Amino acid sequence: MIKLVLTRLVQAIVVVFALVSFTFFAVRMLPGNPFVNEKAIPEHILEQTKAAYGLDGNWLQQFAIYWKNVLLHGDLGPSFSLYGRTVSGIIAQSFPVSLMLGGFALLMGVGVGLPLGALAALRRNGVIDYASMLLAMAGICVPSFVLGPLLQLYVARNVDWISVAGWERPSDILLPSIALGTGVAAYVARLTRGGMLEVLGQDFIRTARAKGVPPGTVVVRHALRGAVLPAVTYLGPAFAAIITGSFVVETIFQVPGMGQHFVTSVTSQDYFLLQGLVMFYGLLMAAANFGVDVALAALNPRLRSKS
Amino acid sequence: MNGSADTIPAQDVAARAEQGTSLWKDAWLRLRRNKLAMVGLVLVVLILAACFVVPLFIDLDPNTQRLDRKFEAPSATHWLGTDQLGRDLLHRIVEGGQISLLVAFFATFLTGIVGILYGGIAGYVGGRVDSVMMRIVDGLLAMPFLIIVILFRELIKVPVEKLSDWLIADVGLSTDLVLRFGNIAPLIVAIAAFGWLTMGRIVRTQAASLVELEFVEAARSLGLGHGRILLRHILPNALGPIIIYATLTVPSFILYEATLSFLGLGIEPPHASWGSLIKEGANFLETRPALILIPGLVFSTTLFALNFLGDGLRDALDPKSSKD
Repeated sequence: MIKLVLTRLVQAIVVVFALVSFTFFAVRMLPGNPFVNEKAIPEHILEQTKAAYGLDGNWLQQFAIYWKNVLLHGDLGPSFSLYGRTVSGIIAQSFPVSLMLGGFALLMGVGVGLPLGALAALRRNGVIDYASMLLAMAGICVPSFVLGPLLQLYVARNVDWISVAGWERPSDILLPSIALGTGVAAYVARLTRGGMLEVLGQDFIRTARAKGVPPGTVVVRHALRGAVLPAVTYLGPAFAAIITGSFVVETIFQVPGMGQHFVTSVTSQDYFLLQGLVMFYGLLMAAANFGVDVALAALNPRLRSKS
Repeated sequence: MNGSADTIPAQDVAARAEQGTSLWKDAWLRLRRNKLAMVGLVLVVLILAACFVVPLFIDLDPNTQRLDRKFEAPSATHWLGTDQLGRDLLHRIVEGGQISLLVAFFATFLTGIVGILYGGIAGYVGGRVDSVMMRIVDGLLAMPFLIIVILFRELIKVPVEKLSDWLIADVGLSTDLVLRFGNIAPLIVAIAAFGWLTMGRIVRTQAASLVELEFVEAARSLGLGHGRILLRHILPNALGPIIIYATLTVPSFILYEATLSFLGLGIEPPHASWGSLIKEGANFLETRPALILIPGLVFSTTLFALNFLGDGLRDALDPKSSKD
C-alpha cells in the first residue's frame, strides 16, 4: 500500500510538472501576446507592461521565476484578462462552484447509472434491460452541448421554478448537472450491467444461492461488490469527463465556475491563469485517479495482495 | 489438433473443407444477424453517401450569405430553411458532416498507425524498452485529454498555416484544396497526437502475447527480419482488437471534434462542423430552435449508428467478449 502511494505520488508530480511546463512554453510560442487588443500599444508601454508582469527575461528565466514563486510562495501569478485579480483568487472563487456542480453531476450519474445497470443485468433481455440500455446509449450519443439546450428549451421554459441559465437559485444546479451527469450515468449503467452479468455467472453466487441465501441478499451482499468494479475503474475517466464537460456546460448555463475561465484563458492567452488552471486540473485528476486506485484495492482483495 | 482428424468420419472432413469459412466470413455472418448493428451499418452508409457522394452531383453552397433571406422556413429551394445569415442549413449540415467525419476518420487512421507501430514495437521487443515505453503512455494517459489537445492545437496552428502558404506559393497546389485541408489539419493532428495511447496499449498487449507463440519462433528460425515478423505475422493476428477499437474510436473523435468546435477552439469560420453548427444554433434557441435541433439530431443519429455498428462488430469479431 505504501509502495502504491509512493509510486502514484511520484507519477503525479512528474505528470503535473510536464503538463504545466508544456503549457508554459506552448502558450508563449503562440503568435501575438496577451496585451494586444484592438488598440495598438506603443512599444515602450508594452515593454513596461511586460516588465511589470515579470515577462521581460527570456523564457528559461521566466520559467525558473514561475516555479520559484509557485513552490516557495504558493503564488500562481496575476491574471491579465481579469485585471487586478490573482490566479489563486480566481481559482479560490470559482472552484467551489465547479466542485458543487461536478460533484452533484457525478453523484447523479452514479446514483442513476448503478441501479439501472444492475437492474438491467438482473432482468437480462427483458423490457427493463432493453429500455435501460437504449437509455444508456442515448446518454452516450446525446452529448452535453445538445442535451443542455434541449433542457433549456423544453424544461426551463415550461417549469416556473427552473431558470434557463444563471447561478442564483438553488434550483439552478439541476439542469447543468443533468446535462453533465447523463453521460456518466450512461457509461456507469453499461459497465455495471456487464460486471453484474459476469459476477452472476460465477461459482460463489451459485454456492450462495444453493445454501439458501435470499435472492435480494445474494445481489446486494455478494454480487454487487464485484459487479461495481468496472464502474469504479471508470470513475477516473468520468472525473476527467466531468472536468472537460464543465467547459461546455458552464458556458451553456452561464455558471460562474472554472470551466469558463479555462476557455477564455486559452483564447486571450492569459499565461498565468492558463498555467494555474492546468496545474490545478492536473492535480485534481491525479488525486481522482489515486482515489480510484485505493477504492479498487479496498473492493478487490486480489489487487491488494499484488501491490 | 493433429489427432482430431482421425476421429472424425472422412466425409465430414470433406464437408468441412468445402464449407471452410474464414474468421472474417464468420464475423460477417454474425454481424448480419445483429439487427441493431445492421441498422447502424445502413445509417452509416446513408450518412456517408449524403456527405460525400451526393455533393459530387450537386454544387454545395454552404457559405454564401443572403441577408435578405434570413431564418427562412423550409422550402423547395432550401429544404431545411436558412440560418441567421441566410445560408442554406442543409448545405451547411452536409459540409459540416464532411468536416466532422473527415477529422474523425483521418485522426483514427493516424491513431491506428502510431498505435500499431508503438505498441507493436513495445510488445515485440519487451523487457526494459517495453516498460519505459509503456510508462510514457501511462504518464500521457494521466493528463486531461481535452485540455492537452486544446493546447496542442493552438500550438500547431501557425506552423500549419505556414505550411499551407508554402504549399500554395512554392509547390503550386490548388488554393481551395490546401485551405480546406489546412483548416482541419491542426484538429486532426492534435486529436491523433494524444488519441493513440489506448490503441498503443491494446496492440502492445496483443503483440506481447503473440510473440511467445510457436509460429513466431518458426518465423524467426526461418531467418525472417524483425520488421517482417512484426508486420506480416504478428499484426494480422492482432487485427481483430485493432479494428474493434478503431470503430469505436471514430464516434468518440467525432464527439471530441464537436466539443472543441462548440467551444470555439475547433473549426474556424466560415466553415462549419456539426459542433460549430450546434454552437451557432444555440444562440437562436428561443426564436429558431430548428437551427440547433436539426444539426443536433443529425449529429446524435450518426453517433448512434457508429456506436451500434462498433458494438456489433466487437460482438461479431470477438464472440467471447459478447456481453449477451
